[in-house]
Amino acid sequence: MLQIESRPFARDHDLFACVQCGKCTGGCPMTLKTKLNPRSLILRLLTAGNGFDLEPFPELWDCTTCSTCAKRCPKQVSPMEMIIGLRSAIVEKGAVHPNVKAALESTFRHGNPLSLPREQRGAWAADLGVKHYTAGMEYLYYVGCTPSYDPRGQKVARALVALFSKAGVDFGILGNDENCCGSEVRRLGEAGLFEMVVEDNTGAYKELGVTKMFTTSPHCYNVYRNDYPKNGMQVQHYTQVLAGLVADKKITFSGSLDKTVTYHDPCYLGKHNGVFDEPRAVLRAIPGLKLVEMDRSREKSLCCEGGGGRMWLEGTNPATRLAMMRVQEAAETGAQVLATACPFCVLMLDEAVKTLNLEEKIQVLDVAEMAAQAL
Amino acid sequence: MAFTPRIGVYTCHCGINIAATVDVKAVAAYAATLPGVVVSRDYTYMCSDPGQGLIQNDIREQNLNRVVVASCSPRMHEPTFRAAISEVGLNPYCFEMANIREQCSWVHPAGELTTHKAMQLVASAVAKAALLQPLEQRSASVTPGALVIGGGIAGVQAALDIAEAGFEVTLVERSPALGGHVAQLHRTFPTLEPTAGFLQPLIDRATQHPRIRILTRSEIVDLGGFVGNFKVSVRQGEATSEIAVGTIIVATGFEAFDATRKPELGYGQYPQVITTADFERLAASGEIQVNGKKPQRVVFIHCVGSRDQAIGNAYCSRVCCMVSAKQARLVRESLPEAEVNVFYMDVRAFGKGFEEFYDDVRKSGVIYRRGNPSEILRRGERVVVRAEDTLLGQAIEVEADLVVLAVGMTPSRGTDVVAGLFKLARSSDGFFMEAHPKLRPVETSMAGIFLAGACQGPKDIPEAVAQARAAAAAAMIPLMRGTVPVEAAISSVDEELCAGCGQCASLCTFGALSLHPTRGVMTVNGVLCQGCGACATACPSGAINLKHFTFDEVMAQLEVVTGWAAPVSALQPREEQAVEA
Amino acid sequence: MTATDIPKPAALVIGGGIAGIQSALDIADAGFKVYLVERSPSIGGRMSQLDKTFPTLDCSACILTPKMVDAGRHPNIELLTYSEVTEVTGQPGAFHAQIKKKPRFVDVDKCSGCGLCAAACRLTGKVSSDFNAGMGKRAAVYVPFPQAVPLKYTVDPNECIFLTRGVCGKTFKCKDACTAGAINFDQKEEFVEVDVATVINATGFDVFDATRRPELGYGTYPQVITTLEFERLASASGPTAGRISLNGNLPRRVVFIQCVGSRDVGLGAPWCSRVCCMAVAKQAHLAHDRLPGAEITVFYIDIRAFGKGFEEFYDRVRHEGVLYRKGMPSEVLRRGDHLVVRAEDMLLGEIVEVEADLVVLAVGIAPRKDATQVAEMLHLAQDATGFFAEDHPKVRTVESSQPGIFLAGCCQGPKDIPDTVAHAKAAASAAMILLAQTEKAMVTSYAAN
Repeated sequence: MLQIESRPFARDHDLFACVQCGKCTGGCPMTLKTKLNPRSLILRLLTAGNGFDLEPFPELWDCTTCSTCAKRCPKQVSPMEMIIGLRSAIVEKGAVHPNVKAALESTFRHGNPLSLPREQRGAWAADLGVKHYTAGMEYLYYVGCTPSYDPRGQKVARALVALFSKAGVDFGILGNDENCCGSEVRRLGEAGLFEMVVEDNTGAYKELGVTKMFTTSPHCYNVYRNDYPKNGMQVQHYTQVLAGLVADKKITFSGSLDKTVTYHDPCYLGKHNGVFDEPRAVLRAIPGLKLVEMDRSREKSLCCEGGGGRMWLEGTNPATRLAMMRVQEAAETGAQVLATACPFCVLMLDEAVKTLNLEEKIQVLDVAEMAAQAL
Repeated sequence: MAFTPRIGVYTCHCGINIAATVDVKAVAAYAATLPGVVVSRDYTYMCSDPGQGLIQNDIREQNLNRVVVASCSPRMHEPTFRAAISEVGLNPYCFEMANIREQCSWVHPAGELTTHKAMQLVASAVAKAALLQPLEQRSASVTPGALVIGGGIAGVQAALDIAEAGFEVTLVERSPALGGHVAQLHRTFPTLEPTAGFLQPLIDRATQHPRIRILTRSEIVDLGGFVGNFKVSVRQGEATSEIAVGTIIVATGFEAFDATRKPELGYGQYPQVITTADFERLAASGEIQVNGKKPQRVVFIHCVGSRDQAIGNAYCSRVCCMVSAKQARLVRESLPEAEVNVFYMDVRAFGKGFEEFYDDVRKSGVIYRRGNPSEILRRGERVVVRAEDTLLGQAIEVEADLVVLAVGMTPSRGTDVVAGLFKLARSSDGFFMEAHPKLRPVETSMAGIFLAGACQGPKDIPEAVAQARAAAAAAMIPLMRGTVPVEAAISSVDEELCAGCGQCASLCTFGALSLHPTRGVMTVNGVLCQGCGACATACPSGAINLKHFTFDEVMAQLEVVTGWAAPVSALQPREEQAVEA
Repeated sequence: MTATDIPKPAALVIGGGIAGIQSALDIADAGFKVYLVERSPSIGGRMSQLDKTFPTLDCSACILTPKMVDAGRHPNIELLTYSEVTEVTGQPGAFHAQIKKKPRFVDVDKCSGCGLCAAACRLTGKVSSDFNAGMGKRAAVYVPFPQAVPLKYTVDPNECIFLTRGVCGKTFKCKDACTAGAINFDQKEEFVEVDVATVINATGFDVFDATRRPELGYGTYPQVITTLEFERLASASGPTAGRISLNGNLPRRVVFIQCVGSRDVGLGAPWCSRVCCMAVAKQAHLAHDRLPGAEITVFYIDIRAFGKGFEEFYDRVRHEGVLYRKGMPSEVLRRGDHLVVRAEDMLLGEIVEVEADLVVLAVGIAPRKDATQVAEMLHLAQDATGFFAEDHPKVRTVESSQPGIFLAGCCQGPKDIPDTVAHAKAAASAAMILLAQTEKAMVTSYAAN
């Protein structure tokens, strides 16, 4: 039994506003393949009296927090936040998957969810001569956990350093002093730990005098922009900064890239924050590159299934991965490159390309990598 | 002889609206102790006939010369009580209201403090009442003609009614032709009657009517004057002319929701996705085809741009359910092989014969599925509609050759301009706001300007027509009477103090102030002045006073409120309580 | 006689609800004489029975009373209350009507509305009050409600002991009590004849008789009431002074059931009554407001929140915590001291039983039971539903099947208050055109002679 008090929960999440139209469930990328049904869950919570057992709902962990449900809800309910809230109740009772437990514990101990040592965090940049951030610099480049530790992610971070150095941007990183942003912690429902992370980071940035920041990952960008207390710090995703540099001709591409490319909108960049045009603007600026669109693009982009803590979970239906569907959609456009702008998307899509044996046909690249190649 | 105020104070219970939170009897007892008050009573409903009778009796028997009613907002009942006191010979401006409902009982919990606030409000009203001056009620003659703005079905109908009653009407339409949105419809629900069958005769009658002047391709560019004597500038092409009318009807209609604002539905992206407005033209063309082929699977989607807070349109557009039902029915008729699915949240078949029509449409084989589709994607030649069938509790995909989006109604493009020119208020949905949502659905906050049709909010044809005729009735009344009352509480200039600086004139939105050509002082045009008081507050030498809200009167009110102390002794009512019916 | 002495043509308005009042006021304001005929003792109609109005929660009496008072004192309106039109003949521009003035057994010129008669009546507190939808009691001599126009007492001929049995104790209590000498049991019905140019039929509606759905327990369980009865319970001027209580107890669980007598082909009421969804939303709000902590559930088929501000109000009510469940309850049963509402929650796909201390049935708007007699008298066509038929469903909804006779308000079909007011003003417009044309013809013919 994972009993929660459903009445205050429904009130806190404004579930009474729901008109049971089903727009959430209809648009959810997971509902066609798992039991997840946010609309039905809302009604069950509303009609439960005051006790609701979460035990029979393992599909709560299927949600990728892509936000399609919340963005489309005509009554401004957020089923996504409801699910995060329900996860919190489960986490509070300690009834979580060992992988999740490990990720949370690691974030607490090591400042990253990957169970990797804190003192290795800055190692990727050791040979790049990137400055350590000091007060007065224009930007703090917040690298993030995956780009710091994961070899595939590190390539993106390196590309970004190359790009911004070339453009003469005044930026620095925190190296081993950088701490997890807490995005995944929050989405896994560990509200207490998230609060702690927010406090630590907010204090640290204040002390450093950070006024402007850009991130590698849309997840980090989103959490700083939307979940942290407003403190006047301007946060951007790197594609926004890059698009600005391209527009201002501070970056010009001397090389060319004669490839057909399709762009996958990461949920945390597109749906969550409405950043659709900037990454495309960067790609279009690369000479020789032909950009084609998948049918599901922009507001309709299909989630890769990497968000919402799903990097540590298989979910109730691991057989069909959304990333695999996505790679097939990309391949159908005839694109040779599936471009995206999120470390999670890169990992998930890369994996899917391998599973589908399409390595010969299509390659997954981050926008940063492509731009750096074309310098 | 010095004027001695003899004030009657009447405190209303308003059922329990006031009495549940305010100790009404204590307020009445307190009022009896105030200077100048000779009688103080309380009663369940002062606005009722016996309530007003109490006041009239006291005026006659106790020679009251000023009356204060402590009840609700003057917006509703000031005219009621003014009429009541003038019936027995008291000047209507010898009346003051203390709003102890909206400003007190409705917004505070029951208790002593609330009662004290009611007492303060009453004391302040009494202080003002003692200083009130009778004002002369005046009237102005009315130009016996009307202006109707907008040549849709509402405007045409309103123009016809006024003209038939014997008055000249000018009908101004922005586009080259009359008929508006209705002219674009193929057939109408629930009778499936061709639109032209009833629209064309209306247009013909209007066009041929000797008392209707139609100005197409024309726009209003300026408005001056006031009820009974408006001066309207109309631009037609390069030429601008001025029209004098007594009353004005605004019938500027609506605009269909722009479906590209819901990008996930693919309008403008997939040729298979059209709107209900597009469908009307398709149906009128005789063949329902997409890419040269007859669709085999048709999906209708309700509430596109309606009931949707995500895009800022919280309201229901009122017609789309029936429009979709009608169109679904037409598909079944002309393409009997086609499968038709209608996605809905609630089917709002509320009008006469609507539910019966909805029954009929379902019986004709149209499948209604409860769910608000989330997105439309391409699948080969077709598109696929993704939704949850909320009654099945399952996420589903429905393939379609044709998807029709039931687009809602939004305020028309010209709304901003018209609102600005005519000083019309708008409700939160962006449409024009009526004077009262229940009882004054065609009146506006501007005297002599009325609303007809969908410019006030979404409406179907019979509702728009009824609204238009209602507006016509309202607009005809001043024309038939021949005179309109003119505001008496207007500004006046003390010529001794006025330096003729003209600051007041620059602030006056009614153009009521001007410099006297010889005397070098400002003068007020008593017909144009609406009594807003902007000039009085701006005048650097204090030369302008607003009648009925003079500095002395307002200061007396303020002094009472700021220097107020709660009564200490247990007070007894001086007068016997009225017997309740 | 000069042209200005020619009497202005007049209009007859049948029915003194908000539709009739509004039509009469507009025509009278335009300068024409109006005979406003109402068969009950006071004008005001259904709207006077309502507590608050949706979606603004305006107090119904507060906004209606001034209109009633205006109609009562308008120099161009002749009020004929407690009267019925018995015959109409003639044609547009020249109708002749006969009006029966029923005996009030109270001399209206003498009655001051003081209420001493009612206080003295042997049946005080014993006669079921129609105005209060049976939720309260009155005397056999009565005014329907405190704001009645005119505020004149009426002896109820079906209840008065003297009028039903021929004798009332040794002495007439009411007569003795009346200091004005207004009680007069010798009054007889009178007939008034009027010439009018046009007639507006604004005879309103009846509410659906909920006993026709016996499975819902109306009339069997005291805890089951109608939305009209709820209005009187919630009304400050009602029998409980606005306390929503049954036998003195405040319900903790309230269930509203929509579409009782609407969208019901089986009972011959296939139409949607148009107002019940919002009336329920409003009442659910009032229940939430006045019964703190109460659980409030609404069962519905579709929520028809279509008017201006309606969807927003429906949103507000849900925000307040009212639970909307899709499903039409099948039956209401007794369980101990409370009731159980059985239904399928169609969105859960499960049969549910919801316990209730108060069940409110949203009864539909039905044609007047005697609409057929009115139709025969005025030679008007009715729809299959029993409502009066308009001349064209789109552009001529106030024109009846008879030229010169117009329809206003719910007698033509269900409407909410603003739609009724708009319809009534539209009927007034149509009538005013005929009046203006008649007047012109009269002046022309005078000039010709």
